[in-house]
Amino acid sequence: MLDRRDAVRALLAGRPAGLLVVAGLGTPAYDLFAAGDYDANFYLWGAMGGAAMVGLGLALAQPDRPVLVLTGDGEALMGLGALATIGAQKPANLLVVVLDNGHFGETGMQPSHTSLGTDLPRVAEACGFAWSATVRDMAGVEAIRPRLAAPAGPGLVRAVIGAEPTPKALPPRDGAYLATRFRAQLGLAPD
Amino acid sequence: MLRAAQGGASLDHAVPADTASAAWKDEVFAALEGAGVTQVYYVPDAGHATLIARAHAHPRMRAVPLTSEEEGVAGCVGAWLGGAKAVLLMQSSGVGNCVNMLSLPRTCGAPFLTLVTMRGEWAEFNPWQVPMSRATATVLEAMGVAVRRVDRAEDAAETVDAAAALAYGASQAVAVLLAQRLVGRKVWK
Repeated sequence: MLDRRDAVRALLAGRPAGLLVVAGLGTPAYDLFAAGDYDANFYLWGAMGGAAMVGLGLALAQPDRPVLVLTGDGEALMGLGALATIGAQKPANLLVVVLDNGHFGETGMQPSHTSLGTDLPRVAEACGFAWSATVRDMAGVEAIRPRLAAPAGPGLVRAVIGAEPTPKALPPRDGAYLATRFRAQLGLAPD
Repeated sequence: MLRAAQGGASLDHAVPADTASAAWKDEVFAALEGAGVTQVYYVPDAGHATLIARAHAHPRMRAVPLTSEEEGVAGCVGAWLGGAKAVLLMQSSGVGNCVNMLSLPRTCGAPFLTLVTMRGEWAEFNPWQVPMSRATATVLEAMGVAVRRVDRAEDAAETVDAAAALAYGASQAVAVLLAQRLVGRKVWK
């Protein structure tokens, strides 16, 4: 079982140039921020269930850039239909990494459906993803890392992490600021 | 048979007739094309069938069928983050599925354009369509989405064109409601 902070730091070590990252709300966004803040990080603080679809819209708009969606099991479960939608579109530049502690960690550690029978990699494969994987240790994270630059997607990785609390590392909450700086690093001027 | 011009989903059956075929639907598509829309998210409605078929066939558009409408709200914001223009096509019942996700374009100042075919308001046969139909404009406005309504065919393209200009030009969330009378009665045969 992985420590989530260590796992995300290791995944993003030597971050590929041009990588675009969308983080689902809650601890995955804090994990991403703790691993290093970049203009090319877009942190969601709400819109639960929407992270993968934000990633799809972005991946279709920027087909030459690799896009990583980093989210949690609860957020992924709320947007489960998005896996079918992504599987139908087959964006080669999209990778979804689910940090799966099997719990709704922000709200009292209630067990989530991934503790109760849902296997997200199998769901993704059944939806037509090009590949999926489950990683449980740092060697597994290292093996996945090259996929950030070349997703050969759509791919989905379930990273099995512990459910112990982590220190808060809070990214900016201003959505307009985050969107403006994200678009600016792509060369898109403010409206 | 229509096939998608660029990967992803495609239509594998002959396009069925809309509930009513009309020139204004082609004009609305032309307005979206003229606005530079390249991503078309949809949950099908018979009243949108012409737009959906045109989008699938267009060489510079990607038509994306959704399992639920809120996926399209998030997809539109993702498209904008990447510099593309997107639209969400749905029917009035789908607006209810979008409520919380509408906080995304609002919080980020993102443009958002949706075309909503109305059910439940004109010669409606199915009572289950009525409650969300009556709540559609209220729900959209409650979430900060400007609502424009089209009752007459001659207003459709101009209204969509103006809504697209407001959305993409002034970064606003805008919905165009296409009246059931305009779209046409659903035929229950």
